[in-house]
Amino acid sequence: MSTQPKAVALISGGLDSMLATRLVMDQGVHVEGLNFFTGFCVEGHTHAIRKQDKTKPKRNNALWVAEQLGIKLHIVDVIEPYKDVVINPKHGYGANLNPCLDCKGFMVQKAYEWIQAHQFDFIITGEVMGQRPMSQRKNTMPVVQKESGAGDLLVRPLCAKLLPPTRPELEGWLDREQLLDFSGRSRKPQMALAARLGIEDYAQPAGGCCFLTDQAYSKKLADLWQARGNREYELDDIMLLKVGRHLRPKQHFKIIISREEGESRFLEGYRKQFVHLITTSHGGPLALIDGDVDASDIQLAAQLVARYSQGRSADIVDVEVNRKDGSSEVLHVTPLSPKDIPEQWYI
Amino acid sequence: MSEHTVDAKRLLCPMPVIRTQNKAEELAAGDILTVICTDPGATNDIPAWCRINGHKVLDILTVDNEITITIEVGGLG
Ligand code: SF4
Repeated sequence: MSTQPKAVALISGGLDSMLATRLVMDQGVHVEGLNFFTGFCVEGHTHAIRKQDKTKPKRNNALWVAEQLGIKLHIVDVIEPYKDVVINPKHGYGANLNPCLDCKGFMVQKAYEWIQAHQFDFIITGEVMGQRPMSQRKNTMPVVQKESGAGDLLVRPLCAKLLPPTRPELEGWLDREQLLDFSGRSRKPQMALAARLGIEDYAQPAGGCCFLTDQAYSKKLADLWQARGNREYELDDIMLLKVGRHLRPKQHFKIIISREEGESRFLEGYRKQFVHLITTSHGGPLALIDGDVDASDIQLAAQLVARYSQGRSADIVDVEVNRKDGSSEVLHVTPLSPKDIPEQWYI
Repeated sequence: MSEHTVDAKRLLCPMPVIRTQNKAEELAAGDILTVICTDPGATNDIPAWCRINGHKVLDILTVDNEITITIEVGGLG
């Protein structure tokens, strides 16, 4: 190749993809980043919603990584096509509702389409052999290559030496000798490499890169699917699962109750789509009711909301009920006592 | 030079960035793009996205909970 080779890197915002990209850039390759927004990504916005997290940086880690590396970043909205990955994963789920292997295949496939449309030469990911139980095992690595269609145009610089040579290596666009042989779950080799490359600040994702690896989140998603009798979802549904306390007193409705001001403000944005409740005699949360409810359901919901207000020990709390048609009324209710809230209501 | 607006109110990051990016791709260097959003995260993310991709933030204005970010589209392609 006479011109400078061009690669696209899948940038999650974590350290591994950052290191993998640097290794390839250091070999003189032009690299740009791709970041996919599935709707489940763990992003700065959840910090933005919750006021108590205000001290934490609200940065988007993928953008931040791209800036540190000095590369362009293309953020792609894959909310719609990603639904099929979550709903029908061919390879099943991991410990929670995380379809990691299908997800990796999907993202690399999208990257492959992208390089074809933009005349780039190959794809880089930050995968490390044996690091994740599902998607990064020796026998699943070729699955991603095959199912994505990317084949030998997919390079994993952090563990390339443990894998058969890829086309960029065979063509001499990349020197295989300068690629690495990381494997296993230890983070030490990555941290040592970061230090060697002068990378001091990086995000340390606890579990995976998305909410689907989170047990509490997956439980709420499973509940949503179960209550609806199907696995369809919209972006608003999966966003709302990230916010507030969720309780399902009856099969046909659940209540989302804000836990603090930031969440109340966020839920306010959904007022027109849901019946919503606010305490008026005392300070309290904002609550949305998801489901078709009758008067007795609303009464119960109001008592629950009163329980989470500052009037929790008062005899009577006033709760304003606002319907989707814009009508409203004030109910005077006795707050439920904690012993009247069965454990199984909490999702 | 022409002026354009993206309404990203109520969208959470990174959606305002994605909307801004997709609109900017249709525009020419020197065009002015005004983004209206409500997620405070956008005041970090949109300027970061602009720095990375060669666009210029001309102004960020916050009134109540509404943020207006004015951008001059760069010519880096
Ligand atoms: S953790 Fe989430 S984003 Fe990451 S591979 Fe698994 S399903 Fe995909």
